[in-house]
Amino acid sequence: MDIDALTGCLASSACLVTQTTSGFIIGMLLFLVAVGLTLIFGVLKVVNFSHGAFYMFGAYFAMTAYQLSGSFALAMFCGAGGTALLGLIFERVFMSRVYGADVLMQLLVCYAFVLIFDDVVRMVWGPEFRSMGMPAAFQVMPLLIAGGVVPPYYLLLIGVALVMAVILGLGLARTRLGKVIRAAAHNPGMVSALGINTGLIYGGVFALGGMLAGLAGALAAPVRSLTPGMGFSVLIESFIVTVIGGMGSILGALIGALLIGMIRSFGSLGFPLFTEGLMYLFMVVVLVIRPTGLFGKEVA
Amino acid sequence: MSELQAGRTGEALSVARVEARSQRSRYLDILIAFAAFGVLASLPLFFGSKALLDFVIRCSAFGLFATSLNLLVGYTGMISFGHGMFFGLGAYGFGLIMQRTGVPVPIAFVATLVITAVIATVIGAICVRLKEIYFAFVTLAFQMLIHSTILSWASLTGGDQGLRGGIPRPVFLGIDLSNHVHLYVTSCALLVIGLLLMRQIAQSPFGYTLRMIRDNANRASFIGIDVWRAKLTIFVLAALFASTGGIVMALFVSGAYPEFAYWTISGEGIFINMLGGVTTFLGPMAGTVLLLILNDTVTRLTEYYGIVLGIVILFFAIGLRKGLMDFVVEWYVQRRDSAEERS
Repeated sequence: MDIDALTGCLASSACLVTQTTSGFIIGMLLFLVAVGLTLIFGVLKVVNFSHGAFYMFGAYFAMTAYQLSGSFALAMFCGAGGTALLGLIFERVFMSRVYGADVLMQLLVCYAFVLIFDDVVRMVWGPEFRSMGMPAAFQVMPLLIAGGVVPPYYLLLIGVALVMAVILGLGLARTRLGKVIRAAAHNPGMVSALGINTGLIYGGVFALGGMLAGLAGALAAPVRSLTPGMGFSVLIESFIVTVIGGMGSILGALIGALLIGMIRSFGSLGFPLFTEGLMYLFMVVVLVIRPTGLFGKEVA
Repeated sequence: MSELQAGRTGEALSVARVEARSQRSRYLDILIAFAAFGVLASLPLFFGSKALLDFVIRCSAFGLFATSLNLLVGYTGMISFGHGMFFGLGAYGFGLIMQRTGVPVPIAFVATLVITAVIATVIGAICVRLKEIYFAFVTLAFQMLIHSTILSWASLTGGDQGLRGGIPRPVFLGIDLSNHVHLYVTSCALLVIGLLLMRQIAQSPFGYTLRMIRDNANRASFIGIDVWRAKLTIFVLAALFASTGGIVMALFVSGAYPEFAYWTISGEGIFINMLGGVTTFLGPMAGTVLLLILNDTVTRLTEYYGIVLGIVILFFAIGLRKGLMDFVVEWYVQRRDSAEERS
């Protein structure tokens, strides 16, 4: 425990800016992963335990695309698009077979794929740590805000995540497709009776969720090291985010992700060894007070 | 007579019937347990292989853990993703008490169970209010909280290095746990006693209350069952048996490691249950043996353990849609029925 470091940081504007930015980065990446998780749960009623693997694939796809082409935009596109495709295949071939089955069966199918995907990555890209490296376009002087150092890439990352949040929020609330998706979440039988292909919607939502996780992985690739199994801690953290925010709530995912980001960022100063513990403690406290999360609807 | 009263007499009758049946099967269970212990304990007389004995000790540790998890998952319908925390608590509790205090083994054993019971009561009181996936997550969070505590409280637990330096095992009642055969027989005894006790719990009226909560918690509470208390009771009881499994593990490796309290232990427990089947009492035991054999052979054959294990899981989850013992029992019942039809 190092409370002095924490209070010292809270008193200094430079440190405050640096830590808040880093909290935002963690939070925004988590949001992208968690919002996919929460969408899939909201519509398909499936807890996708293999979601972290999509984050991992996003990062590896982006790294490979970047190393082959040298284009950062193409890397992001491959990361997001590749995982979307993977999500679609995964949902149609495997997950769709266990809808309506025991929750345990769904968890097991996902658990099996966590094991398989990690080994596939180990086979293809090797077991050691890899890194994509920061694209040349972002290798410029960091910005100084109130004495705090903020790399320009961080701003891009935060911007992209916020844009995705707005697109998702508005898309679900305002567009026709959004209405169909919400209807399918609410009453799939009625939706399919109206002549809408629910299988297509399920596959699409799963692909969208996979794409968001893959985008998060691709965005993280320049600033994090890549390793098989990297999806796991992200998965656990995004679970915490969805549970804190309330499963199925996009706003909840955003707020939960930012809370966890800040806890991680500032907690690492005050409690370097117990940072993860703080997150779990926070989750327990939230669940004790509100069993369905901050923005979750009461379940009967 | 009002409907409520009618329900209550019906309940009393069925409880009486259940009790009569379990009374008879109780003696049979004890008999089977004795026979099983006899067979296991005499193994070292015929087979000198240390690897076989090691295998059975590991089966005892994980078997106790997995069967206790099934009291929650299979019997009560509570999918706990944090049951491994009690496995870890058992290993660390026992190891720490032996290393720091030097009390006799049985006292350390009982003290560990008492500590586990206290912690499980506190955690359970919070967790069992929640249902389904929320219960799974809050147990997972507690598991990770305990794991983080073990990692960060390095002065007590040794942090990520684990409890090293060996666990002292003074002789008690003529049992020397540093002797491999003594350790083996003790593990077998703990396994058989643990299974017998859990079987009694499962077949008791309380066990049938649990099944009722699993099938329809509302109905259970309407006929006057305190669902919260019943769930908490089984949560604590299951924790005690998981803790015993952890103690066996700590004795076996003469230490305790953070992985024992990591969530993957809980995941493996769920997987063992699925593999063996959750509707038969011995399903988790079959799953344990199967997983450990699979573990040992696959790791010997390939470095890509995950792919092989994953495909096996998929075979059970998508192919069979049930565990091995469930499959065998159903197949047997079907065969018997069709044979009766023919005759």
